[in-house]
Amino acid sequence: MDFLRPATWEEALAAKAEHPTAVPIAGGTDVMVEINFDHRRPEYLLDLNRIGELSAWTVGEETVELGASVPYTRIMEHLRAELPGLAIASHTVASPQIRNRGGVGGNLGTASPAGDAHPALLAAGAEVEAESVRGSRRIPIDAFYTGVKRNALAADELIRSVHIKKADGPQQFSKVGTRNAMVIAVCAFGLALHPATRTVRTGIGSAAPTPVRARVAEEFLNAALEEGGFWESGRIITPSIAREFATLAAGACNPIDDVRGTARYRRHAVAVMARRQLGWTWEQYRGTGRAMEGAA
Amino acid sequence: MRVNFTVNGREQRADDVWEGESLLYVLRERLGLPGSKNACEQGECGSCTVRLDGVPVCSCLVAAGQVEGREVLTVEGLAEYAGNRAAGGGASVPGAATGEAGAGAARPGTAPHPGGSGELSPVQQAFIDAGAVQCGFCTPGLLVAADELLERVPSPSDADIREALSGNLCRCTGYEKILDAVRLAAARQEETV
Repeated sequence: MDFLRPATWEEALAAKAEHPTAVPIAGGTDVMVEINFDHRRPEYLLDLNRIGELSAWTVGEETVELGASVPYTRIMEHLRAELPGLAIASHTVASPQIRNRGGVGGNLGTASPAGDAHPALLAAGAEVEAESVRGSRRIPIDAFYTGVKRNALAADELIRSVHIKKADGPQQFSKVGTRNAMVIAVCAFGLALHPATRTVRTGIGSAAPTPVRARVAEEFLNAALEEGGFWESGRIITPSIAREFATLAAGACNPIDDVRGTARYRRHAVAVMARRQLGWTWEQYRGTGRAMEGAA
Repeated sequence: MRVNFTVNGREQRADDVWEGESLLYVLRERLGLPGSKNACEQGECGSCTVRLDGVPVCSCLVAAGQVEGREVLTVEGLAEYAGNRAAGGGASVPGAATGEAGAGAARPGTAPHPGGSGELSPVQQAFIDAGAVQCGFCTPGLLVAADELLERVPSPSDADIREALSGNLCRCTGYEKILDAVRLAAARQEETV
């Protein structure tokens, strides 16, 4: 094994081009587990800790450019207003020690269906900035996850940052597990209301081979909110609409039975989380985000 | 490969380090600092918690090569570190502070080995006084995590304590006495201010 320690991003890209099998390591919270347990013996480890810009973020007009190695702790502390869904999700990651090291770049690189950041990224809307010596490109988050622990990165590419849409409305995230800390999600759900475009977006974790959006549920809810004039009136969402949204969200799952839970339980739990989060976010929208006052 | 870094305020060099080796292994097996415990090796238990440039991390998940040129604080250096902090010195430079000792401050200063002096930090003393130590395996990680909490949040709420220690598993105590110990250390810290 060789340990590559590029001091700059350009050196890192050159190293990855020269050694496409090199495994990038930043927080180490996935990679080191595999090495400690002898599940993986990479020929090269590519340490990204010395590259300062990967731990920085920029809040722009419409998006936050989040460096690949920004630790979850920083996201929780500094980006709660701009990225509420991701901030909530970040707080559910493992433990303080892990949140001090791990970041979204690693979550994307590993591309586990159980990664906590994915539902929030899918719901908010995001693009992954991948770069190689050949150039830079932005991969829409919806096209990023290609299979179980597979993503759209080419062998010579590294994740530099994620461009995440700033929240224009309430966002939520929740996950099911046996306790609060150190939980790999049995399943997870994220919901973002986008009042600016009068749309909703969702993200489901740990209930399909990849993180997925519940597109049919989104389309149903978009239409129902539009037809009922809910965005203008801010009325309480009719229970039958919430129920149908939840059922369709469960329908977007393609789960398996495993040690953490059964497929049937996962579908059920995703439906429950979808219905609850719709309630939470809509209450928040009615309370703060609505232009018209006085209704309901 | 060779790794140079600072442990408990002293420059250290580890040779013949395997590239896939963890910081925990380097500390325990190459530098003779067995305080950080090796249990789960997957970041689940927190018994290997150290501070890397001041930040609590699981040393089992830090690759040895990643600590080149950086500062690590282990439980062995905790008393000296806490003593310097109480004395108002640069908390990140153990051994550098001089002058009057704060209450309970340990000040070996001249200890040749980064293994510490045998004196206790306030958090360590509180763990003993509150009966928070049973088998002791989880204790070093808890001490490092608890000390960092009290540095960051001098008067922590119970929720703060639970959250700060949520990455450290203990199978003996049922945690209540550990919570008591952190509350005790916080109360004593307030008295001395």
